Amino acid sequence: MTTIISIANLCKTYEGGHQALKQVNLDIEEGEILALLGPNGAGKTTMISVICGLVSPTSGTVTVGGFDIIENYRQTRSQIGLVPQELTLAAFDRVWDTLCFSRGLFGKKPDDAYLEQLLKDLSLWDKRNNELRTLSGGMRRRVLIAKALSHQPNILFLDEPTAGVDVELRKDMWRIVNRLRDSGVTIILTTHYIEEAEQIADRVGVINHGELLLVDDKVNLMRELGRKQLIIELKEPINNIPESMASYALELSADGHELIFTYDTQGNNTGITALLQALHSAGISMKDLNTTQSSLQDIFVNLVQAPR
Amino acid sequence: MNIQAVKVIYKYEMLRTWHTLFQSIASPVLSTALYFIVFGSAIGSRIQSVDGVTYGLFIVPGLMMLSILTQSVSNASFGIFFPKFTGTVYEVMSAPISFFEILLGYVGAAATKSLIIGTIILITASFFVELRIDHPIWMAMFLILTCVSFSLLGFIIGLWANNFEKLQVVPLLIITPLVFLGGTFYSVSMLPPLWQTITLFNPVLYLVSGFRWSFFEVSDVNVGISLGVILLFLAICSGIVWWMFKTGYRLKQ
Repeated sequence: MTTIISIANLCKTYEGGHQALKQVNLDIEEGEILALLGPNGAGKTTMISVICGLVSPTSGTVTVGGFDIIENYRQTRSQIGLVPQELTLAAFDRVWDTLCFSRGLFGKKPDDAYLEQLLKDLSLWDKRNNELRTLSGGMRRRVLIAKALSHQPNILFLDEPTAGVDVELRKDMWRIVNRLRDSGVTIILTTHYIEEAEQIADRVGVINHGELLLVDDKVNLMRELGRKQLIIELKEPINNIPESMASYALELSADGHELIFTYDTQGNNTGITALLQALHSAGISMKDLNTTQSSLQDIFVNLVQAPR
Repeated sequence: MNIQAVKVIYKYEMLRTWHTLFQSIASPVLSTALYFIVFGSAIGSRIQSVDGVTYGLFIVPGLMMLSILTQSVSNASFGIFFPKFTGTVYEVMSAPISFFEILLGYVGAAATKSLIIGTIILITASFFVELRIDHPIWMAMFLILTCVSFSLLGFIIGLWANNFEKLQVVPLLIITPLVFLGGTFYSVSMLPPLWQTITLFNPVLYLVSGFRWSFFEVSDVNVGISLGVILLFLAICSGIVWWMFKTGYRLKQ
């Protein structure tokens, strides 16, 4: 894998003193889908804005395809397409005209065939002569994506692409994202919807208070940070956990009907067999067994809420 | 150089004019016709010729300047203010385009529109008076320099303004009085001595005077000084724009 975007020691402090990014280091691989998770105001949009040239970094460097974003801004920006969070469109422009404008801005000569295909792929072709103000919110979101793709970028930033979007369009959007990834486009998206990151991303980064708390392969992340619990339902309630089982990470439910065993999914030896044998030896009968696994949602909540 | 980007910005801005074509052309034609009826015919017929030029003819350069200055400022300021206001400016700011190219697109289009309006006024005037242009090349040069420098000023105002009120305030409270008091409808020599001195601090006086000289070799100040002042004004505006872009003023955080 080659690194396409490299962020080193990136800091951004706004004029008012708000520190939006603190020493962020991140390498983004070519062709991957990276999801950036974080609560509102975590610094996700600032990070994207710095890479795209909308916000000046206070310190640190960013390179895109080996080019510095400030010194070689023409080379870096021409590789990037940006879909902003807000539906910022000029109300009186027509769909086709606004696409031609975007393509030209990025220095590309007109290519009607490409733009036609793009509009068809985004189900916008029959709206090409409509003024943007006549389109629904979902359609405008599609137009923003079309604008970002109008100059055939190899990196696409999607800032909260599914905020306020209905289920149908959201599914459509992920189909488009998958198709783009298949064609080799690197995609960086921010989202509040953790289940989306879980479904679509290759890697997940978690940002909070301007710090990148972690970046990891999604599967690894879920395996490493995901805890599993075995819930043992007892036939008869007990008052205390027997001393012979004190070495296990056990919790007793308030009514004494359930024993909850938390274990590491990574280890080869989870200790379940030994625990069950110990239960048997202690003369405790079981009614039922249940396991639960923490989702990305739990991992995320644990991370951003952890005392720091 | 990103020629495509300059082209699309220029075309976009010109199209905006095209959409309001009637208003863009009808308004200068109508106001010029009204000025000619009021000042040229009604009042002008009772005024003696000024410096050997009939009053109707005398006001033509001033009338052109009046429209060009106000139109350049309002067009260029609106052109950049509106995308900033709606947020669509993000696209221009994230494109591989230099600040000079952005300027070329926006200011170039605003200046072109002013040039067109100036030409329309000149044509309209020709229906009311018998036109005389002694130095057409100087006339064109003054016209172009004025269009460009005041479009630059408009661009600065558009960048500076963060609400509609500020956008209106400068053209209304500064440009219009300066134009009216800059010898648009009179020769400065008609004023009492004190006001003549005060008027010398009005940059518009030099524009109108130089422009009028290119028509009938009649001027309040030397044409060389007029040229010098407009070049200085152009340089100051360019300097301010350069600083604004360099610091990302009101565009980049």
